[in-house]
Amino acid sequence: MNKNKGMIMTVGIVGYGAYVPRWRIKSSSIAEIWGSDNERTNNLVGEKSVCSLDEDAATMAVEAGKSALARAGINPKKIGAVYVGSESHPYVVKSTSSIVAEALDATPELTAADLEFACKAGTAAIQIVMGLIESGRIKYGLAIGSDTAQGRPGDELEYTAASGAAAFILGNHDILAKIQDTYSYTTDTPDFWRREGEEFPRHGGRFTGEPAYFTHVLSATRGLLEKTGTTVEDYDHFVFHQPNAKFPMKAAKTLSIPPEKVMPGLLVPLIGNTYSASSLLALSAVLDIAKPGENILITSFGSGAGSDSFSMTVTDLIPEKRKLAPLVKDMITAKEYIGYAQYVKFRNKLKGVVR
Amino acid sequence: MEEKAVAFHWRAFRERYGLVGSKCELCGRYFFPGRVICPACRRKGKMSEHRFSGKGSVYSFTVVRTPPTGFEIFIPYLMAIVELEEGARVVSQLVDCKPEEVQIGMSVEACFRKIREQNKSGLVLYGFKFRPVK
Amino acid sequence: MKAPKRDIAIIGVGTTKYGEHWNYSLKDLITEAGIRALEDAKISGNDIELIVGGSMSSGMFVGQEHTGALFADYMGLNPKPAIRTEAACASSSVALRVGCMAIASGMHDCVAIGGAEKMTDVYGSQATTALAGAMDRDNEAYFGLTFPGVYAMMAKRHMHQYGTTREQLSLVAVKNHSNAMHNPYAQYHRKISVDDVMRSPLVADPLRLLDCSPIADGAACIIIVPAESARKYTDTPIYIRASVQASDTLGMYMRHDITTINANIQAAKLAYQMAGVKPAGIDVAEVHDCFTINEIISCEDLGFCKKGAGGKMVQEGETQIGSRIPVNTSGGLKAKGHPVGATGAGQIVELVKQLRGDAGKRQVDGAETALAHNVGGSGSTVAIHILSRNRGKVC
Repeated sequence: MNKNKGMIMTVGIVGYGAYVPRWRIKSSSIAEIWGSDNERTNNLVGEKSVCSLDEDAATMAVEAGKSALARAGINPKKIGAVYVGSESHPYVVKSTSSIVAEALDATPELTAADLEFACKAGTAAIQIVMGLIESGRIKYGLAIGSDTAQGRPGDELEYTAASGAAAFILGNHDILAKIQDTYSYTTDTPDFWRREGEEFPRHGGRFTGEPAYFTHVLSATRGLLEKTGTTVEDYDHFVFHQPNAKFPMKAAKTLSIPPEKVMPGLLVPLIGNTYSASSLLALSAVLDIAKPGENILITSFGSGAGSDSFSMTVTDLIPEKRKLAPLVKDMITAKEYIGYAQYVKFRNKLKGVVR
Repeated sequence: MEEKAVAFHWRAFRERYGLVGSKCELCGRYFFPGRVICPACRRKGKMSEHRFSGKGSVYSFTVVRTPPTGFEIFIPYLMAIVELEEGARVVSQLVDCKPEEVQIGMSVEACFRKIREQNKSGLVLYGFKFRPVK
Repeated sequence: MKAPKRDIAIIGVGTTKYGEHWNYSLKDLITEAGIRALEDAKISGNDIELIVGGSMSSGMFVGQEHTGALFADYMGLNPKPAIRTEAACASSSVALRVGCMAIASGMHDCVAIGGAEKMTDVYGSQATTALAGAMDRDNEAYFGLTFPGVYAMMAKRHMHQYGTTREQLSLVAVKNHSNAMHNPYAQYHRKISVDDVMRSPLVADPLRLLDCSPIADGAACIIIVPAESARKYTDTPIYIRASVQASDTLGMYMRHDITTINANIQAAKLAYQMAGVKPAGIDVAEVHDCFTINEIISCEDLGFCKKGAGGKMVQEGETQIGSRIPVNTSGGLKAKGHPVGATGAGQIVELVKQLRGDAGKRQVDGAETALAHNVGGSGSTVAIHILSRNRGKVC
């Protein structure tokens, strides 16, 4: 992605919002049913967020979007584009983005479309909106990552597949976090997939590690550092896509990033892997605490596979702006536990229920 | 009742997604959903559109345990009459709380949720529900 | 509203038993009630000039609209004109009012009033959905509220504002079941206790199964003529001293105070005025107990006690047979059954028997003036009839 000299405008985050549903299930509750080794599963994720029967990727996207609007303080009608990235869109054909646009009162003068690229659909949405703003084509755009991904019963991903959403309104002024640059690394690497008509995904087991997650996350991060002429020391916070607690910490270690720069953005032990919202919810959590002038590097990962890496600098607008909507940590602690039976009912895994 | 076709649901999307009603400029009363004729002022009244703040309190509530068609999977669920801060009242589900926690007068705020699905192949119907304010 | 130009009298009544009539279709129910009314009136079908029949939802229950035509045809009364009236659970008292207007206008001299509902040909959730048509479909039912849920919220508010107790609600059901023991046409012949009510499953908190009138099949029929010709037909004409109706918002949620039904108040005021009677002058009443709370709320609105004192009134036994104001001697909707479109007409059947002295073990001694109170939905329609043995004004 080469810079086109002269035509580029500044672009950054004008408002951000997060949504984590109330319900949690402990890994131990899942392990108990499947007779799994409790120690091993707990190493990955302690508990994960579960959306209620009346929530889906659209409802969570709307809630996150409302918070983003509250922080941005703009008239929603000025939003020129809405892109929702998910791998659990409520419809296969009929966009989530139009539902979100209607609910947030951004309609009718805007463009919208849904995105899919496993867990990096949300960051891809951010890049598209960046392009539209930098070219001067729109004033404000809304990019959302939202997922209620399903875990196959008894599969190891059932411990981590969680629900959440994060929304970002981008613009070219009144910016609370400037996006300095972005770099992406994409190949055709089928580490995790779901065919049309299938209810649950399949994955390549250990193949999802080295050839998939690590190759793309490390390449994208290194690519961004090189492109921007920066090093790890220039950044105060790192956010990586987090399918479990081990992978992002291992990526950080490989890049010689001190763990304390990654910890504030590590949500997966408490809420699981929120798929398209994963790196974006972590970014929201970092924005909730970052000081003006601090630099953030965020790298997403989407199976299939690709990584989008961004360099951002927080401005002095952030201390006031972050107060205008709920903080991620408050949503994480406002929780209620459910057992496996209630989880199965909430996630529609019961056969024969009248629909 | 058989499922209605699209227009029946679609024409109320804006009202149900955004809690949009009306206000009579003459007598100052708020209505949800919006009305064409003010019951008090009738044709002398002047109705304008109003987007409710979504803040309100519980006026009365119950727990529905025998569902109508389409709501079977949700039972038992809390239903309430919410008095919005502008004065109008709405009927809505209460979410993110247990029946024991609900009291008349409790503060609540609107949130965007799924009302139900028109079976596996039909529309997904969205609208507002209310949850307790922390 | 003005007084009718001609007074109206009831000369015959008939009813089916209410209950789960698996073998009866809607047509079978109507025919049985109609024949009984004709036999009671001792007239021929030829004498009937107009049929007005109520049915809330023959469409959703049995897929049949045009129920007026069904009434006329299956009663063997073609080519006489027939009208179907619909006001949810008040459909047949509204039918009676239309019939009264037909006689009062001078255009007809003999009208058959009917009410019928066949509710057991659909599944439970389908019946719940059909009944929710009595509420505001778009703004109450759409979000998952059910008809019991509507009255449950009224109950919660009544308990909050007036301290009405859970036990007082139960006592309404207990009394009505006790009364129904002596009504051969009632659905239930089973005494229940307060404990039985509390052990029954919750339907919509705080209302339990035994707070709710049951789904039932049934029909009732009334024959009315101008008062001046009544004695040609019968020695015990029962005069309709008031036939009034009032409306309130379709959605209960919109009302300022949901512990009272404004249509009750307005209709009652007008009815007492037309009949020249005060609440204390009513000797026996059928009050619409679709749910126990509604008997309490409506007794208050009808002036049988102060607002808020309805629970205490039932607790102190004031609405028992032999007491100050016997309410629902038939067993009420709760124990007699509530085939919704038939209920209004069925209430009249009971009160006519009371005023004739034909109510057997349920008899209220010396009953001269009676009140029938019928509600549609959550009170969006209320129809009140005051009946009397006496044609003139009663002090």
